[in-house]
Amino acid sequence: MRARLSSLFDALLPVLATLAALAVGAVMLLFLGVNPIEAYAAMWDGAFGSGNSFAETLVKATPLLLVALGICISFRGDVINIGGEGQMIIGAILATWIGLTLTDWPGWLVITFCLLAGFVGGAVWGGIPGLLKAYFNVNEILSTVMMNAIAVQLMNFLLRGPMIDPSQAQLASKIPQTARLIEAFQLPRLAPTRLHMGALLAVALAFLVYVLLWRTTWGYRIRAVGQNPHASRYAGIQVPRYMVLALLLSGAFAGLAGAVQVFGVNYRMITDGSASGFTGSAGFNGIVAALFGQLHPIWSIPASILFGALLVGANKMQRMTQVPSALVIVLNGLVVIFVVSSEIWRRRRQRRRMAAAGHDEAPPPNVDKKPQQAEAGA
Amino acid sequence: MTEANTLPSGRTRIDHLEMRGITKRFPGVLASDHVDFDVQAGEVHALLGENGAGKSTLMKILYGLYHPDEGQVLLNGQPVTISSPTDSINLGIGMIHQHFMLVPTLTVAENVALGLPSSRGALTDLDRVSKRILELAEIYSLKIDPSAYVWQLSVGQQQRVEIIKALYRGAALLILDEPTAVLTPQEVDELFVIMRQMTRDGHGLVFISHKLHEVVEISNRVTVLRDGRKIGTRPTSEITKQDLANWMVGREVTFAPDRGDVQCAEARLQLQDVSCGSDRGTPGLRGVSLELCSGEILGIAGVSGNGQRELAETVTGLRKTTGGKVILEGRDITGLHPAEITDRMLSYIPEERMRDGVIKDFSVAENLILREHEKKPYSRSGLLDLREISRHADELIAQFHVKTPSRDTLAKNLSGGNIQKVVLAREIFRTPRVILAAQPTRGLDIGATEYVREQLLEQRRKGVAVMLISEDLDEILALSDRIAVLYEGRIMDIVPREEATPERLGLLMAGVHPEEGVTA
Repeated sequence: MRARLSSLFDALLPVLATLAALAVGAVMLLFLGVNPIEAYAAMWDGAFGSGNSFAETLVKATPLLLVALGICISFRGDVINIGGEGQMIIGAILATWIGLTLTDWPGWLVITFCLLAGFVGGAVWGGIPGLLKAYFNVNEILSTVMMNAIAVQLMNFLLRGPMIDPSQAQLASKIPQTARLIEAFQLPRLAPTRLHMGALLAVALAFLVYVLLWRTTWGYRIRAVGQNPHASRYAGIQVPRYMVLALLLSGAFAGLAGAVQVFGVNYRMITDGSASGFTGSAGFNGIVAALFGQLHPIWSIPASILFGALLVGANKMQRMTQVPSALVIVLNGLVVIFVVSSEIWRRRRQRRRMAAAGHDEAPPPNVDKKPQQAEAGA
Repeated sequence: MTEANTLPSGRTRIDHLEMRGITKRFPGVLASDHVDFDVQAGEVHALLGENGAGKSTLMKILYGLYHPDEGQVLLNGQPVTISSPTDSINLGIGMIHQHFMLVPTLTVAENVALGLPSSRGALTDLDRVSKRILELAEIYSLKIDPSAYVWQLSVGQQQRVEIIKALYRGAALLILDEPTAVLTPQEVDELFVIMRQMTRDGHGLVFISHKLHEVVEISNRVTVLRDGRKIGTRPTSEITKQDLANWMVGREVTFAPDRGDVQCAEARLQLQDVSCGSDRGTPGLRGVSLELCSGEILGIAGVSGNGQRELAETVTGLRKTTGGKVILEGRDITGLHPAEITDRMLSYIPEERMRDGVIKDFSVAENLILREHEKKPYSRSGLLDLREISRHADELIAQFHVKTPSRDTLAKNLSGGNIQKVVLAREIFRTPRVILAAQPTRGLDIGATEYVREQLLEQRRKGVAVMLISEDLDEILALSDRIAVLYEGRIMDIVPREEATPERLGLLMAGVHPEEGVTA
């Protein structure tokens, strides 16, 4: 009974951590002279209040989920992909370019082709740091972040030059954006809202990633390499290969997120010079959503919806209560800190419990075998 | 020269130390269940038991690292409270840990002085410390140079530094936690000389071990623990090794397993003049040649760090050779990827099973397919067959007597012995042609050790070629048909088991050819 309660507690921990973060946020709201109940009510209303607002939440959740799926793969393989932003951009550029080029082809074919292009673009952008890590031991956290910077500049260059909307090119304003995709190439809407097919695709892919990780030999090896590269190598798994695969797939899902964002929501690429101007920081927030979902693709679905709701609800809260927009970011950050810390705390608690159960003897004495005898005897 | 109740070190001796009714509970486990234990001045009291029997718990309580839930400690008849190692040191209790607590980059004197206040306040008093060390070394005939750096010392010498450290701090009673685990036979003999000297001088010693012959050789009394309970205490002279083993395990133990005849039909594995580097950049193997036949166990003896790891890793393809050839069943496998070598039915039981043998956060079932997961029937065209994997796991768990709550239990939650059984099951079930077992019983208790050894002999009977790399000479002698001794990356000699004695092997392990005499 106690064990069951304890595991229920573990499962609810992210939710409790979120509530705790909101409670701390409430204190801040009080200091700003805002009634926290009113503010949170506005937030709830903004995220779930009507069919339309819920649809907006889902629209925001879609790229988060797609990025999160990739993060599930890479983090399970113990490679840290911070390059979601860049991978989204490259995926979107490739998909958009094809969508603007093949205008004579049937819609469904072009959409399929473009989404695949997004997948491939992201895979390339994720695969490069993967290769660098696996074969040259380049830290993937650094390289993926740097690849973000390259992707942004590439986007700015293309959208100001080669890919600029021809009509903008005529104007003095020269807004850095591409032409609009023709209607046939836009992802179908699911309801009279902005909700599009991409959301369904993301959910379907969540199940596919689950199968990949736990039902295929690829997934088995990615997880094995992530958990213990030594034992994997000893068992004959080509460790570097699966490191690359993990990062490559991770990038692919981010690239797909970028393509879906263009084909489902914006129908064109536009840049304000920064990465987040296009991605809405989904490349980063997806990491949080994945961690929130315990790096499990299915649990990443509700996690992404939660963060989508926070983003949408925060907008409404800002409009209704006049809190500074920075507070919204603070609130988002609080949730992340609380959830991540609670996860670390949970693991420590588990380890303590286990240590207490297996307390007695020291570990096998292979750690301290000092190889000094050879010299000493010589 | 010494008064009746004073030790040569000048410390008052502990005539009698008694632990009475010691009970210690951990969540879900009764680690020590009303255990009585006592040590007298001038005796070696051995504490025997399998892993998890409660030996360490009991001694950690005596040393002040754990606090008992019940029971008391009496020193010369007076109850004392030991709430930290500082208390126990002040009372004259010292402990030699299995893992040495020394700083390799400091000198012996600096290590001894570490953590003690200096007699010159803010200035060091290393000259005085060195003088005292030399005094103690003289009294106890412990050869030690106070100005030597610890990293320059052999394992046996480092252990002497630990003993000096304890004596320097005024230990009258010493707890030695598996002190022989890391020593060569000669070093064990030297340790026993020191221990005998100490008991003659009036020290009391607690000797923790699971090597029965050592217990029989050195101790005056022996106490056996099992599952946190005391099974009994006897004078060592009144009990046999067989009785002790049965007491420890709680059932009959076979000591000398049936070996059967040797039948060298074909050379399965050949090494021809193989050389390789080590992690330290020095040569790991320097021209090793040997032949492993089907149906034999070739023991590789040696003190740790003399090329054992490198030998295992070159054969399995995990380490690049710098010269020579490795031939498996007539085919040159030098330079092949570990996966390709594995596929030629070479199985490997790695030395560091927690790091290299299993994936701690994978379930037992997942660990059991680590090698074969890409093959039928465990997967088809990249899709794992979970039902088949579960069936396979259940079969192996039953066949190899793995004690686990279920096949879905994570490997890290199993005991060391059961983890080794998982590795063994995985490596044996695939019907290998060659098995390379590195330190397969290190850290395991008697029951699991016995099981692992039987399995290796069983494989040998089936005609599998087994290479057994072990630092445990008893194990080498009990299992091997031939014994090769590694020293500094070279094979000193290959000795048939009939001609192998611990003395002869010990000399070879120290780099001395018996016929050359003790010149090297």
